[in-house]
Order: sequence, then C-alpha cells, then structure tokens
Amino acid sequence: MYAELAKRNLKRHMARTVLAAVGIIIGVIAISSMGILGNSLKLSVSDSLGDVGNELLVYPGFGEETITEKQVEKMQKVAGIENLIPIYSSASKAEYKNEETYANVYGIESDDLPGLAEIEAGRMYKRGSSDCVIGSQLAEDLEVNIGGKITIEDTKFRVIGILRERGMGFDISADSAVFIDHQMFTRIYEDTDEGYSYAIIQVENINEIDTVKEDLEERLNKKDEEVFVLATNTILSSIDEISRYISLFLMGISSISLLVAGVSILNVMLMSTMERTREIGIMKAVGASRKDVLKMFLLEALFLGTAASLIGGILSFGGGFLITVLIMKQASYLFAPSSMAYIILGIVFGIMTGVAGGVYPAWKAAQMRPLDALRHE
Amino acid sequence: MNGACMQGPIVQLTDVKKIYHLGASQIHALNGVDLSIERGDFVTIMGSSGSGKSTMLNLIGCLDQPTEGTVKINGTDLSLLNDDQLTEIRRNNIGFIFQQFNLIPTLTAVENVEMPMIFSGIPEQERRRRAMEFLRRANLDAEFAEHKPNELSGGQQQRVAIARALANSPPILLADEPTGNLDTKTGKSVMDLLSELNLHGTTVIVVTHDPKIAAYANTNIVLRDGEIVEASE
Repeated sequence: MYAELAKRNLKRHMARTVLAAVGIIIGVIAISSMGILGNSLKLSVSDSLGDVGNELLVYPGFGEETITEKQVEKMQKVAGIENLIPIYSSASKAEYKNEETYANVYGIESDDLPGLAEIEAGRMYKRGSSDCVIGSQLAEDLEVNIGGKITIEDTKFRVIGILRERGMGFDISADSAVFIDHQMFTRIYEDTDEGYSYAIIQVENINEIDTVKEDLEERLNKKDEEVFVLATNTILSSIDEISRYISLFLMGISSISLLVAGVSILNVMLMSTMERTREIGIMKAVGASRKDVLKMFLLEALFLGTAASLIGGILSFGGGFLITVLIMKQASYLFAPSSMAYIILGIVFGIMTGVAGGVYPAWKAAQMRPLDALRHE
Repeated sequence: MNGACMQGPIVQLTDVKKIYHLGASQIHALNGVDLSIERGDFVTIMGSSGSGKSTMLNLIGCLDQPTEGTVKINGTDLSLLNDDQLTEIRRNNIGFIFQQFNLIPTLTAVENVEMPMIFSGIPEQERRRRAMEFLRRANLDAEFAEHKPNELSGGQQQRVAIARALANSPPILLADEPTGNLDTKTGKSVMDLLSELNLHGTTVIVVTHDPKIAAYANTNIVLRDGEIVEASE
C-alpha cells in the first residue's frame, strides 16, 4: 500500500516527476558513459601494448650518459639473468628513393635481436656487416623491400630482414626502427663508443624479477647511483593507475550533473511536501506515526531514483557507444565486463542521489505537527 | 480495543489551560476547564468562534497538549507522552470526522478507509474486508467503494470519512462541524448515522455552532472566552 501510494503520488504531477527523472537519467548516462570511455581508453592502451613482457631496463643513472662495458660486466655476475642485451639507440632520418622518414636506429648484436623481435621475412645481419633489419611499419613507410638500400646518416644499408609487427613496447619500438650491428652504429654516430644507451635484461624466472632487480641495484649502485633499473611490469601497473585516475576524473566531472539532479529531486520533493501538508496532517490525525510518513516520502524518492537510474543505465549503452566512437573512433570495448561495471556504478549512484534528495523533505514531512498541518490551507 | 481503563470517564479534563503566544501578547484559549465525558455519551460543544471549542477538540483529539492541567483519554494522561505515543493513543482511541471531509485525493473510497488500519498494521485482506464493512455501516453503496473522492458528492465523501473514522474501532468519534459543508437533508442523514453509532456504544463528541445538532446530544457544553458557561444534560 505504501508502494502503491508512492506510485500514485508520483503520477499526480507527471510532468514534474518526469522532469526530475530526466535530471537523474542524464546524470547516470554522463557518469556511466565517462566511466566506459575511461575504461575503453585503458583497455585499448593495454591491448596495443601487447606483451610488454617482464623485462628489466637498465638506464644510466642521474648525471651519467651511458652504460659502460664495465658496468655490463658487473651486471653479468648477477644470478638469474637469461639474456643481457646492451643496446645503442638513436634516431635519424632514413631515406629510400624518394621516400624519407624519421626512424629509431638501434645498435644491437645480431644474436640478441631474435630474443626481442621475430623476423618475418629475410634473415639477420652478420656481425660487422653493413646490412640492416627494419621494422614492418618502416618498410611500409619507405616502400622498401628486402634487398633495397636505405640511407642513414649518409651511409647506405642493405635491408636483409623485415620484422613482424610487434606493437608498442617499453624496451624497443621495433616497428618503425632500423637495427644495425654495434660496430656500424659506433661508426656512423660519433662519440658513441664510450658506452651503451641502455641494456635490456631478460630473467630466467619471471617470479624472481624483483630479486634480480635488487641484486643489480646492490651491485652497481653501491657507491653512486650508477644505473637506474626499471621493471616493465611496474610501468604497466602505473599505466593502469593513471587510466584509473582518468576514469575517476571524468566520472567526477560528470557526477556534477548527478549532484544537480539530486538538488532538483530535493526541490520537487520539498514542493510536494509543502503541497501535501494538509494530507500529512490528515494521515497523522488518523494514526500515521513519524516513521510512517518518513517511509512514504522516502519510498517516493526511491521509486523516482530507481526508475530514472534504470532508464539512464539502459540509455548509457547508447551514450557509451556515442562517446567512444566520437573520441576513439571505435566502440569495441563497450560490452567489456569492466565497462558494464561502470553502468552498474552509474545506476547505484543515481539511486543513491534520488534517496539522498528525498531525505530532507521526508524528514521535514515527518516532523510536521498534525495540528499545524491540518490548519494549513 | 486497548482496554487501558474500562472504568471512569473516557475523557477527563482537569483545570485545563491552553495559552497561545501571539507576538508579545498571550491568548488564553482555554482558561481552567474541567470536563468529564462518560462512555456512550453524545456530547456537543458549542460556542462562537474564538470561544476555545477548536482548542478543546484538538486536546481531546490528542493533536495538542495543554499548557496547564491534565487531559486523560481512556485513563491515559496525555501530558506525559511524546509525539509517537500521542499518535498511538490517537490511532487506538479517536476517530476524526472533519468539516472538509479531508479524504486523501489519490486514494479510492475504500482505500481511504483502509488507511488508518495500514498504520496499525492490519494485514491487507482483513483490512479490505473490514473497510468494506465500515463503508456499509456508514451507508455508502458498495458501488462507490472504488471511486476517488472527487468523483463523490459531499454527502458520500462524509460517509467515507465516517467509515474511515470507524476503522480501528475507536471508542471515541470526534467530529468538527460534520454537517458544515452539507445541505440540510444530507446533514440530517449524517447526524442520524452518528446517533445510530452512538446507540451501539461509541462515544460521540461534536463541535458545532448549529443548535439543531445539539438536539441529538445528551450533553451540551457551551464555551465562552475559554470557559464552560453552561453544561446541560
């Protein structure tokens, strides 16, 4: 009966009820869609990163410019390392016939590259040769095939291998890169024979990656901060964290609209409390306690909030689709379970807003003295 | 019934004063009233406006508490009760009938009658059965049970209101100008109904300024300036 009464009271001023509901609906759509957008951004970043692997990257410490041969020797003494890959890296203009583009240039030993990237066509260069292997994107950009000669820093390199597409990575950006032998690298770039740019370390057992990291730091950073060791999996988790903050920020902004909706519920309920003052008096006269009146008005707010939030939740699929298509040009992450969670979150917030907006008017109605309420015209 | 006290007067006012503060001045709405109403009485309270009769009705109806003195309903002293306890006493002892009918517009006739029983926690089916019975006793045709108040005539609305007052079977019916908004003929039939209910044992208290209504009563009380000036059997 309370429920029935609440429904009828909401229907009494249908236009007003609908307008109050629209506020909640918009709020829920805004929160859910922004949550979905943030979540889709996160999913698409982690997808495009692909397998970032569990590697350690060793960079020169603050104030240092290179990783020296001596440091590499020290690193090799650390237990649990499967591959230690010292790398030279730079970037230059790469030219082929009429095409030119900027490319990462890596100096890497021919034995080490297969550990990082797969060759799709052709083969690896030999030690000391002036051949090169290039990434798939670069091959496409320069329209070069195996056997073609590309020019870097006024030196010609014959392309003898093309890598399989690898996606973004923290260790090397292989897709638009040129890989050449260490000797060739130090020859074309001046002053690079002092040391490597950085080193990639692959560990034997992924579970021991933290121990290896600690050992490295202990061995090399005993006196000074010689090197800076980074684990790729921690980069991934900080990207996760950042995208969570982005989601929260977006949702925070959109929750302002829900706040406004809450205020409009408050307004509508307060208005209807005032209008129904006499009714409240009658109900109290015939035996309604404060709790009964409170229950009646809260139920109205709950119904309004729930109905509006559910509608908002359903429309959020549309809202989420629109905004992801608009910003990311695709909506493939819309139905991911983690996106659904944001719709549920939006609905829960919407219901909470409705009830919160109803608390004060309900309390005010409950506090009315029956005599004053009855006298009210 | 709650049977708190089945002996003694059902309503007892002892040296009751009610003082309202209107700005800086004090208004003595009731100025030391003593009154006792026995079970099964039919009492009218008369007086010009401002005589304090509404104040007295509100006190007997547990809608208000006295500034001084004691009001006892069915043996319970109201001055010691909080809001929720007053509500309970009201629910169990008093059936209100208003001049304006005061039905809830969103509810049908039978639902209006059910309402007090909702607050006293009577289960749905029993509630509906009793409500229909009360409507029948109030002489409202069953065909109007599902009508909303605005689809009923004044007389029909007042019958619904009387049926509502009967819900929870209170020992006291309290009516404030019950015929004030009705034509003479309908008014008479409503008064006949009240007097019939009185014959079955319900205490009826009517506030009015219509001398014709006083004819139904076995006790007439006349108030002037907050004091009882005449109490005739």
